[in-house]
Amino acid sequence: MKRRDFVGLTGLAAGALFLPSLPGFGHTPVDPARLLEPGADVIVKKRLADAALNAAKAAGADYADVRIGRSLNQYVFTREKQVQNIVSTESYGVGIRVLVAGCWGFASTSVVTEANLAATAREAVSIAKANRLVMKEPVQLAPQTGYGEVSWKTPIQQSAFEVPIKQKVDLLLTANAAALDAGANYINSALFQVNEQKYFASTDGSYIDQDIHRLWPTFSATAVDTKSGKFRSRESLSAPVGLGFEYLTPSAAEQVRGPQGTDTIGYKLRYDMLADAALAGKQAKAKLTMKSVTPGKYDLVLDPGHLGLTIHESVGHPTELDRVLGYEANFAGTSFATLEWKAKNLPYGSKAVNIVADKLQPGSVGNVGYDDEGVKTREWDLIKEGKLVNYQKIRDQAHIVGQKESDGCAYAQSWEDVQFQRMPNVSLRPGTAKMSPDEMVKGVDKGIYIAGAGSFSIDQQRFNFQFGGQLFFAIEKGKITEPLEDVAYQSNTQEFWGACQGSCDQSDYRLFGTFFDGKGQPSQVSSVSHGSATTRFNGVNVINTARKV
Amino acid sequence: MAILSKDEAQALLKKVLSYSTADECAVSLNGRTTGNIRYARNSVSTAGSQNSVSLAVESRFGKRSGVATCNEFDDATLKRCVQRAEEIAKLAPESPEYVPLLGPQTYVSPPSAATTLLTAATRAQAAADSMALCAAKNLTAAGFLDGGTRFQALRNSKGLEAYQQSTNTDFSVTVRTADGRGSGYAIADVTDPAKLNAKALTQRAADKALGSVNAKAIEPGKYTVILEPAALMDGGDLSLLGGLMYGLDARSADEGRSFMTKKGGGNRKGEKLFDERVNIYSDPMNAEVPGSAFDGDGLPTKRLSWIEKGVVKQLYYSRFWAEKNKVAATAFPSGFIMTGGTQSTAELIKGTAKGILVTRLWYIREVDPQTLLYTGLTRDGTFYIENGAIKFPIKNLRFNESPIIMLNNIEAIGRPQRLAGCLVPPLKIRDFTFTSLSDAI
Repeated sequence: MKRRDFVGLTGLAAGALFLPSLPGFGHTPVDPARLLEPGADVIVKKRLADAALNAAKAAGADYADVRIGRSLNQYVFTREKQVQNIVSTESYGVGIRVLVAGCWGFASTSVVTEANLAATAREAVSIAKANRLVMKEPVQLAPQTGYGEVSWKTPIQQSAFEVPIKQKVDLLLTANAAALDAGANYINSALFQVNEQKYFASTDGSYIDQDIHRLWPTFSATAVDTKSGKFRSRESLSAPVGLGFEYLTPSAAEQVRGPQGTDTIGYKLRYDMLADAALAGKQAKAKLTMKSVTPGKYDLVLDPGHLGLTIHESVGHPTELDRVLGYEANFAGTSFATLEWKAKNLPYGSKAVNIVADKLQPGSVGNVGYDDEGVKTREWDLIKEGKLVNYQKIRDQAHIVGQKESDGCAYAQSWEDVQFQRMPNVSLRPGTAKMSPDEMVKGVDKGIYIAGAGSFSIDQQRFNFQFGGQLFFAIEKGKITEPLEDVAYQSNTQEFWGACQGSCDQSDYRLFGTFFDGKGQPSQVSSVSHGSATTRFNGVNVINTARKV
Repeated sequence: MAILSKDEAQALLKKVLSYSTADECAVSLNGRTTGNIRYARNSVSTAGSQNSVSLAVESRFGKRSGVATCNEFDDATLKRCVQRAEEIAKLAPESPEYVPLLGPQTYVSPPSAATTLLTAATRAQAAADSMALCAAKNLTAAGFLDGGTRFQALRNSKGLEAYQQSTNTDFSVTVRTADGRGSGYAIADVTDPAKLNAKALTQRAADKALGSVNAKAIEPGKYTVILEPAALMDGGDLSLLGGLMYGLDARSADEGRSFMTKKGGGNRKGEKLFDERVNIYSDPMNAEVPGSAFDGDGLPTKRLSWIEKGVVKQLYYSRFWAEKNKVAATAFPSGFIMTGGTQSTAELIKGTAKGILVTRLWYIREVDPQTLLYTGLTRDGTFYIENGAIKFPIKNLRFNESPIIMLNNIEAIGRPQRLAGCLVPPLKIRDFTFTSLSDAI
């Protein structure tokens, strides 16, 4: 249970047994009050960084970057009427990366003094020199102009760390009570809070100070029928966000009703945890007696809270250039979308498929000002009118695809890990013509509407996949008729996107995301959002997942 | 500093306990000295080492508890760490699941750890050998070698003392043909790195890569399969056997939300759920897969029979749930041992008229916790067997299957091999359900 490629609520639902191993929170627990103390001043950080950069250059580095990181996390876990765990952690240290004659070297330390950073820089240089013996292709780094002294902060209204723990516990326990009152027998809920204070400096002349905030409230409500031994769960329809505690102040303007007859609510940049928990309790109970789906071909109408995961697996991962090139062959896998495949100009999907990568969307968990190798973040097209036009790449990959610039998507999960190419936000552009989910359902003769992410699995080259969901509704002759259970769909990436009929408009656009996307050996986690509006796919193969044991 | 001896560790913990003013206090030290090398495209991509020790302090006042940790060991830092744990405990709500700390315990001494470990140079050499073997055959290797020594020491204010040191080395390699039409995989983990043969494992992966070129498509459906151990257990992700064993939790079953839940209430412990040839136990003293002598609470591990002749004999009981149900608490084991026969995978193939050999399963996720239905795909070497021999490679397939059904459809059980700290035999299973084809190689 070490790796969680893309953790949903399964980890929480498993109970306390595996909680301590949740990735991304393995730092040193500290007093919550510590999380409010300011980190080192930028003047001090610049002096420390210069000590490392100068030592690296003196030791023979052609290029060096220094990341001074202070990572603060707090998580609160509750179940039913009680708190299970409150942990506050802090991690502080420095990672130094150097390039010597085309070879990378990396070293990190938690002893943050000028003398020790200089020594660590020299260690990184000596590792780079040792690695030269096995070097085959010298690293080519895309040029990058220094930005001088700049800063960036997640645009938040209220830091979650400033909110008293009691208020957070009360919120979770109130949500738990709402679910239990509405029909759930059990509920696990959690609040993840992250603050990454990052200082990046490089020999290119950049000194970048960033204060990055992320938040994720979530739960899983379960109803049981003791007599039959049957149980069903309904997970939260929230998303992890690049926002402060304001995400938890409900706003009618940030809510989108699902199609008539579904009794579902989707959330944009504000979340109503109590309303969602109450609905979850009711729906978990209702799932115990829902009709089991008849397998076959259906037109699917997919809610953004569901479609985000399908985008992540079938577009986000196959367009990562390191996978395409084979660097992940022994772990996460490779990609069908090879350079040769791209050169053939074959369709990735229908003309309605326009997919964009970015690290800029406000409220997304990928939103930062600069990446972990000092490149200003941007937006770029991955798929245009169904054709693959670009990959996700960083400074030492740009030349491989004949480009001159990084896309600004390098990331390291902490100061002690080396940065590498990680998925930015990857989103499906909404439709340009006005269309609501209700109007989309009206055009469907035989279909299923799916809300929320469920079970997920895809092959190592990203062809064949299977996805479940949280809530399923039958569509007949343009109307939602009844809820369904035991639904999963199986398809192939190109076939599925080829069957895309179009999306609702911008007013329906919402973000899905995770804190726990895994890649690399040793594995590192990263946060990513995926935006879309409700979208229709025709003639998808639906299976029935009920079994007798 | 990274690996402390028993005496050094206990002396440090004793000092930390002396700073405590809480009703109860438990302290623990965890340390490791490990190193790794990663390669891909026949070239080293990253190499690194980790040296770390951390101290955790849990302080309790009545039913309130707080935890703090530190990774510096001067007296002032240690005192601050204890004070911080006590401050957090005073702010915490009372836990309705409070159980007192354990008193002194008696522990077994699992077989000793290896004395000679890999160094940066020997790791690099193993990677170089693996890559050279592949480059010579126009194959591409991607692999990861990671290992070293770890220790854990516990002590508490009720007199409990525990210490254990262990060594472990993991190696895995994926070999692909230059044209990307064939892929093979091999994996191993060992206590003593002298027993690791990265070259032989690379050769096995290379053979599978070359043998899997020109794969044919077969119709999805129910097939007899031979699942190699890597298709049954995975140290880093969900697996068919791992998912089953880690799901044997009494509390979730009693609460009505597990495949072990009994209709009408309670759990299915004592019921025969599997073929009577299924026997799975845990034993920290096993010479081939030595386990932890204690769990995180300091509860001693011992030989435990989990499934005997197809009957579930044991569920995991946390100390809280055990006390509530008036049964013995379970120390969760670090690995499982499934007993088997004497046949190798090759011998299982010889005895198969028609079937599929599966090297490895990948991206396994739970579809329905009610039935433990999992989905996932074959990967890195899938072959059609006819008349006792491998006939041709086949395209990868997606399965939808429950390990509960799988362990009722056993045709034969082979000789157990070590994998992910467990002993796992290859299994020959009838009517294994594949639901679609994949073009992935």
